Amino acid sequence: MGILIDEKTKVIVQGITGRDGSFHARQMKEYGTKIVAGVTPGRGGEKQDGVPVFDSVKEAKEATGANCSVIYVPPAFATDAIYEAADVGLPLVVCITEGLPAVDMLKVYHYLKTTQTRLIGPNCPGLITPGKCKVGIMPAQIHIPGPVGVISRSGTLTYEVVYNLTLSGIGQSTAIGIGGDPVIGTDFVDVLALFENDKQTKTIVLIGEIGGTDEERAAAFIKAEISKPVVAFIAGQTAPPGKRMGHAGAIISGGSGTAAEKIETFRKVGVSVASTPAEIPVLVERALGKSKKVKVSVVAAKSKKRVLVVKLRAAKGNHLKKTPALAARGRRKR
Amino acid sequence: MNLHEYQAKELFAQAGIPIPKGKVAQTPDEAFQIAAEYGSTVVVKAQVHTGGRGKAGGVKLAQTPEETKEKATAILGMDIKGYPVEKVLITEAADIASEAYLSVTLDRESKMPVIIASPAGGIEIEEVAKQTPEKVLKLRVNPLTGLLPFHARQVSGFLYADKNIRKQAESIFKKLYNLYFQADLTLAEINPLVVTKKGELVALDAKVSIDDNGLDRHPEFEKYKEFSGTEKIEEEAKKAGLSFVKLDGNIGCIVNGAGLAMATMDLVKFYGGQPANFLDIGGSSNPEKVIAAMKIILADPNVKAICFNIFGGITRGDDVANGIVKAVNTLKPKVPIAIRLVGTNEELAKEILRKVNLNAHSSMTEVVKKAIELSKAA
Repeated sequence: MGILIDEKTKVIVQGITGRDGSFHARQMKEYGTKIVAGVTPGRGGEKQDGVPVFDSVKEAKEATGANCSVIYVPPAFATDAIYEAADVGLPLVVCITEGLPAVDMLKVYHYLKTTQTRLIGPNCPGLITPGKCKVGIMPAQIHIPGPVGVISRSGTLTYEVVYNLTLSGIGQSTAIGIGGDPVIGTDFVDVLALFENDKQTKTIVLIGEIGGTDEERAAAFIKAEISKPVVAFIAGQTAPPGKRMGHAGAIISGGSGTAAEKIETFRKVGVSVASTPAEIPVLVERALGKSKKVKVSVVAAKSKKRVLVVKLRAAKGNHLKKTPALAARGRRKR
Repeated sequence: MNLHEYQAKELFAQAGIPIPKGKVAQTPDEAFQIAAEYGSTVVVKAQVHTGGRGKAGGVKLAQTPEETKEKATAILGMDIKGYPVEKVLITEAADIASEAYLSVTLDRESKMPVIIASPAGGIEIEEVAKQTPEKVLKLRVNPLTGLLPFHARQVSGFLYADKNIRKQAESIFKKLYNLYFQADLTLAEINPLVVTKKGELVALDAKVSIDDNGLDRHPEFEKYKEFSGTEKIEEEAKKAGLSFVKLDGNIGCIVNGAGLAMATMDLVKFYGGQPANFLDIGGSSNPEKVIAAMKIILADPNVKAICFNIFGGITRGDDVANGIVKAVNTLKPKVPIAIRLVGTNEELAKEILRKVNLNAHSSMTEVVKKAIELSKAA
């Protein structure tokens, strides 16, 4: 279980011959992700670390039956890469690339609505279903399988939260970074709906930040549609208005989009909001305690804790190849 | 990137949007000459990247060249919300019959460009929306079709009764909308858009923000990079591949990733400290970036301690560690440093730091508390 990706996901790496693309293709492959092909126009026929390279996504898909692509190409070519992947009908496209112009993304967003493709990102760390599949750039070794679905607008802050969960023995069903730009393909609401329908996920952790109204819409959606407990954290309480805080989307404008407003909105709909990242595992533990069904997986995750701490040092993903029985059970096709 | 009014008007003029006659002055004498050339009543306007110029006294009417010089002298010396005024725009005063508000911006909720229009121009649109929401029209446009004639008719019908004025307005909407896309803008605002007593439409003020992600494909905007006050440091940081925002506290923060950087600032505040800045060293690993970051932080005399919070992912811990060592050796900082470094190549990084007697903490809470403690001891 987990959402969007699992051990069957076949991944194409767009930009596999580049510095970032080749590095992360290797990392993903080491983790156990099925990296079936790479795409770099003009480099078709070559191999990159044993992975066949194609000139186009179309050829790569036809030759390998891939159902997912991850994009590492430079920003000037990234929208083209998204359109290309969508055009051949890949159901999932993850754009890691940062720096895509917003006016281009506006068009991409509305174009994708006419296709079957779901876009994650751009400007995101990607997603990981621990023990099964990683499509992105996150350090895999900090994740363990378990009952918590993690959604975040940020990259390293997601790692911070996952790391804290893992050290507390709490594993993750899927951890997904949706990206820090104002226009992204998949938002909190989309992912919340996926986690609600995922049997492995018992509690959801949502990491938001200043800017926009995505958190407010998520809060309304949680109130109406989500039965699972949600724990939230909002970054940017000390951010001054009118300043872009790194992410293009993280800006308090016209007095709206502040952390205080978002925290208040979440609290009103019964979401527990952590004051610090370190408090998140405490709140999650409390939330999990309320749900009886979850005990099995918590125990499973805890028994893994000692192993994990040792393996963290080794910085390899090998220990994750054995997944808890719970996670393997009742797998659902996309 | 925010443009000055005179730069925004230059863009408007190129797009065919009518603007009043105007020229920029950097000295009171230049202001005098421009006013003498126009031979009419002029407005002297401070060129700063902040709102509320009028309230701060940065916009003044002048009847004669002498008066223009006098007003320019006063305004050129001003500091508006931390932005020193280095240029003034001298424009011909308009004979105003009515004022409207018009802008194109991004509606993040629908992921569409939105045209915001109001017949109540000349004041802050947020205020109008709060007090009299019925006076504000928000029209979302599907970016795949672009602005269609019926969209333009809808907005012009909302703003104006006169047929001739509506026609002029519709042409302006189209031009502003196209400019938004062509120039990679995040905001194109005219406030006020005035109808003169002669029945002509003019953009009396102009506010434009350019999407930083679009700047690479607009080399023509390079000349618009005029910064003052703290913007200068922020721009320098940007050139070094860093994202920096100055704050008022005394704990310098160096973090990788915007979300984690904000969370670090928040945690400093949570434990009773005050962050001196937001600083994201970005995704890729480059020791030089760490040195540049340290330089910027050390240039702030308020900083009493530095707090590194690095979570390696795409950033490799050893690269950051090497950067820290190099920075410490070359810059010889007098302020104490607290480091937290985990994730990709963590062990390697810690080893590099140990060799120069620097210890890395494992938790964010620890490093933040340590930095606060160090700042108090200093």
